Amino acid sequence: MINPNKNRSSLVIQGGHLIDPAARIDVPMDVLLRDGRVAEVAPPGKIKGGADEKFDARGLIVAPGFIDLHVHLREPGQAHKETIASGTAAAAAGGFTSVCTMPNTVPVVDSVEWIEWLRQPDRGALVNVFAIAAATRASKGIALTDFRALQSAGAIAVTDDGKPILDDNIMREALTLGGELNFPVVQHAEDTRMTENCSMHAGARSFRLGLRGMTASAEASIVERDVQLAMYIPNARLHVAHLSTADALKSVRRAKRARAKVTFEVTPHHFTLTDEDMRDYDSNYKMNPPLRSASDREAIVAALADGTVDAIATDHAPHAVHEKTMEFERAAFGITGLETALALSITRLHRESRIPLARVVELFTAGPVRCVDLRGRGSLAQGCVADVTIFDPKKKWRYDASQSRSKSKNTPFDGWELTGQVVATIVGGKIVFTA
Amino acid sequence: MNPARGSLLGIEHLEAAEILKLLKFARRMNPDKPPTWLKGKRVVLLFYEASTRTRSSFEFAAKLMGAHTVLIQSVGSSIEKGESLLDTGYTVRALGADIIIIRHPNAGAPQVMAEHIDVPIINAGDGLHEHPSQALLDAYTILRNKKTFKGLQVSIVGDIFHSRVARSACHLLSKFGVKIVLCGPPELAPDIATTLAPGVRVTRHIEEGLRGTDVVMLLRVQTERLAGMKIDLAEYIARYQMTPARLKMAKKGAIVMHPGPIIRGLELTGEVADGAQARILEEVRNGVPTRMAILARAMGRMR
Repeated sequence: MINPNKNRSSLVIQGGHLIDPAARIDVPMDVLLRDGRVAEVAPPGKIKGGADEKFDARGLIVAPGFIDLHVHLREPGQAHKETIASGTAAAAAGGFTSVCTMPNTVPVVDSVEWIEWLRQPDRGALVNVFAIAAATRASKGIALTDFRALQSAGAIAVTDDGKPILDDNIMREALTLGGELNFPVVQHAEDTRMTENCSMHAGARSFRLGLRGMTASAEASIVERDVQLAMYIPNARLHVAHLSTADALKSVRRAKRARAKVTFEVTPHHFTLTDEDMRDYDSNYKMNPPLRSASDREAIVAALADGTVDAIATDHAPHAVHEKTMEFERAAFGITGLETALALSITRLHRESRIPLARVVELFTAGPVRCVDLRGRGSLAQGCVADVTIFDPKKKWRYDASQSRSKSKNTPFDGWELTGQVVATIVGGKIVFTA
Repeated sequence: MNPARGSLLGIEHLEAAEILKLLKFARRMNPDKPPTWLKGKRVVLLFYEASTRTRSSFEFAAKLMGAHTVLIQSVGSSIEKGESLLDTGYTVRALGADIIIIRHPNAGAPQVMAEHIDVPIINAGDGLHEHPSQALLDAYTILRNKKTFKGLQVSIVGDIFHSRVARSACHLLSKFGVKIVLCGPPELAPDIATTLAPGVRVTRHIEEGLRGTDVVMLLRVQTERLAGMKIDLAEYIARYQMTPARLKMAKKGAIVMHPGPIIRGLELTGEVADGAQARILEEVRNGVPTRMAILARAMGRMR
């Protein structure tokens, strides 16, 4: 095998099956990476000239590097949950070559200084980290941040994730300014006025457990409002984070039919689990948005199959044990997800719901780059950035959270047997992870 | 970790046979001639929420059987200083607790405790979830008055949404085939409540709620838990308050129950509370032998 620490200028990936949805490729191909770029893609054995290193990808899928639009790396300020170094190590193990980190840190990433801090090499990132900045100062929903300056500093979008923008006028301003700058506004859609003290989805299960429930309408009403704004503001780019309900999906479908620039992501846990799966107040089933009803889950799987969903994003939300092991209603929202996303997608979407593997790959590659601008990524066409994910779509394995590279272990998928394993993750032509 | 044997976390997962056994066992408990099965045992009452009946009857039950009891309340303890639920639990265990009785405003708190602490945990009411000892003493009271569950109809009127008593009662009575009618406005008696257990239906009309019923169980409108919900109390009184006239709609000989605290002039009138059909104080009395049985079971003494 290859020594991942060795610096090299060229690497040829031989014998693999290339799936590059952006380039409409789904056939055996060799890929030559040189100086951080894709130098050549050619049928097996047809790449001329040598390479410093070879990667034997026989029996494996070779794909553009996966992109996760929604992770919480918890820096600055909450390094006890995760650091950029530990979070990106988990990302690499999950096959992600790029992650977009959320600004709901301590303090909130709402300034150029913090964007620059996140991008410093000292952070120890193993994969590409793209910052999503706060949409309003301190995410208080009152005054917009300096979109232009944040964008120039490298932020790829803005959001007040976790603290949705409720004020119609502020959201209108954000989408208007974002539209002028071609800068996406990401919204965590939840009318928090309707979800006070709620800790799971409102349904039979929440009633039985005596937990106050978040109604589907608390999500759908905000998505509908945002979609209405986005349809009438010139060039506005709205990205709906972790959409979880069938009702919200209807709004997004309508916006897409109207050719509005509305994109959205769904999470592996929302297409895998429902509110009925939670047993005995296990806070590893507590996240926001919550696990929804079976019919919501089915609607999301259908939208994944029919091409409506743009991207799968993990909403990787690490928390320390003491922040989760307590009264369910007081426990922190969120679960980790970077290391299980691909395997859950292959297991639940490809194998169980018969969604083609190429579509699954699209949801991690070409899909995310429709939502945010990541030039040269999401494809392995010649000249693209040499970010590659290599996986075995048939390999069965058991997820052991205690072995996670993340600092936190809060996942409902501990001990699950899954199909589809990441074999290697290559960032900028360098191998950063091998199974 | 699985809950310690003898824990009582809720009614939902108890088998009907176990419930019957407990009820029969409770019938044998005599507070005037108590067995000393808890002699020298340490019973900790961990109360994160106010209580009169539940706390004092658990305390009496434990003391009558010879236990040492300690009451810890959130006010005036380390809980006020920010100690976590589990750390308080570990502390109490280190002090030698043999049984922990816990009341908590959050649903599932006793479950979390039982998963980490190796002594029996008794749920004395957790948030909106369950209040198993209340359901057991209510079943005890019903059986004392009606002899059998067979063919019975129980109507629960009032704030079902916020009521752990209602949830536990539905689970218990349903296991014995009792017909359960929940009656109240949609905010307090939501249609989803019918999914709780077999044999549960919901009605908005008090006449329909009371017709042919053997037991009328009244619940207080828990104004402290409404959390933004708007309830017009005057309208509630007009539509659902139990008055002597309304009580006539129930079966002749129907009994009136209420887990307390009662608010005269709201969910019921003083005449109903003090009337011949009321069993409200009998419920309180029955709390002691029922809780003696629960504690004896926790110590493995139920035969």
